[in-house]
Amino acid sequence: MIIILTSRLIGDSNKGSLITSGTKKRPDGRAFDELRPLKIEAGVLERADGSSYVEIGDNKVLAAVYGPRELHVRRLLKPNMAILRCRYNMAPFSVEDRKRPGPDRRSVEISKITAEALNPAVFLEKFPRSTIDISIEVLQAEGGTRCAGITAASVALADAGIPMRDMVAACAAGKADGQVVMDLSEWEDKEGEADLPIAMMPRTGDITLLQMDGHLTSDEFEKALDLAIKGCKIISEEQKNAIKNRYGD
Amino acid sequence: MLLVEDKQIVVPGEILAEGDYHSGRGTFKEEDKVCSSLVGLVAVRDKKISVIPLQSKYIPKRGDVVIGEVTDIRFSMWNLDINSPYSGILPAAEVFGKEKRELNRAFNVGDVLFLRVVDVDEVKKVKLGLKGRGLGKFRGGILINITPTKVPRLIGKKGSMINMIKDQTRCEVVVGQNGVVWVKGKPEMERVVQKVVKTIENEAHTSGLTDRIRDMLLELLGEKTEKTTEQQENKEEDEFEEKLIQ
Repeated sequence: MIIILTSRLIGDSNKGSLITSGTKKRPDGRAFDELRPLKIEAGVLERADGSSYVEIGDNKVLAAVYGPRELHVRRLLKPNMAILRCRYNMAPFSVEDRKRPGPDRRSVEISKITAEALNPAVFLEKFPRSTIDISIEVLQAEGGTRCAGITAASVALADAGIPMRDMVAACAAGKADGQVVMDLSEWEDKEGEADLPIAMMPRTGDITLLQMDGHLTSDEFEKALDLAIKGCKIISEEQKNAIKNRYGD
Repeated sequence: MLLVEDKQIVVPGEILAEGDYHSGRGTFKEEDKVCSSLVGLVAVRDKKISVIPLQSKYIPKRGDVVIGEVTDIRFSMWNLDINSPYSGILPAAEVFGKEKRELNRAFNVGDVLFLRVVDVDEVKKVKLGLKGRGLGKFRGGILINITPTKVPRLIGKKGSMINMIKDQTRCEVVVGQNGVVWVKGKPEMERVVQKVVKTIENEAHTSGLTDRIRDMLLELLGEKTEKTTEQQENKEEDEFEEKLIQ
């Protein structure tokens, strides 16, 4: 009798916190404004001009940069600036069920938005008639791979010695289980109400990517955007450390 | 107000100084702030701040001497790979003058040449030439690629580093400003030079490098002289093949 009573009490108090404070624990035990464990390494590949490896939660992403180099596809060349090409690819073993290899609608979209998110940061006009190629491989996916991909790509660009206005950092926020949270996990992304990935240049605060799917009220959107920006700033610090660590400080 | 120290490692977007400072190489100015655009080491000269990159591609500049490999022969010019985003062209007139000769008799695909950048136009078309002392085709030897920004470090103050390597290994060493290094000597000495050059590239941003390289050379050569004591007489070979035009 007493046992039943206490369990009901606990249940009640949980419900209460949901409505009032909005800071209940998430399925993986994180606070609403906490990132997953983050690890960034620069210069991991020997053959590419620049490379990086990013782990955020269970995401494992590898990025490689080639160039600036000569481009032989005449119609793509720009006489006054370089072009930035990006290829995002998920390994067949990156998800639970085997992913069919090759480009699909999703990866084509992410390739495009990644290139567009990085474009404003790179001094493309310094390398007319050339191309910079970025390759992003997702080795293991656990929600938020596009953000991990952009974060990795910008570290790889810096590692390749390509001049940039700032290092682009990307982070998602969203709403899951009735609560606005930072850095959605795979479960929160699938079961949650909304997902809002952004990419930004932290020094100036310019946002270079903003996507949203799901539903948010305008208040919730503001809150999610603030959380995502906060996430980007934390990630950006880690990016800088990764580059500096490469040269043994 | 200066926010960084001399020789500090900075990353793209890092604010280097605010207010009355000029932006040098590897930096850009936004409002009154000077920011780094590269991963590199800060160099402050009076009021001018620059960042020396740790990694870069070679951008051709008029007057540079470079080492290139012939990749293609066209009707009246050679195409050369000069380890850069832009390939170079060597017009036949630069080699033959007004005379008309078959191009593949002079240089074939795969030949390695020592050239001068004659002109770079606004669309980065790179015109190369062979007129000058020591320019021409290399015979034999090996090529080593390094990051172009580390070329000054490899040469050292007034050539101190490169001359030390040349003297100690008795190899001929030619450094192009595009980061290509040509080495010719006894095969085992070539390998020593390759090792040393790679070490210089990796440790270019540290101080006291010349002394460490001297120690490294002595150590490597100590082993070598024990093994090959008999072959000490060096056959000095010609530095380059004479220019083919004469």
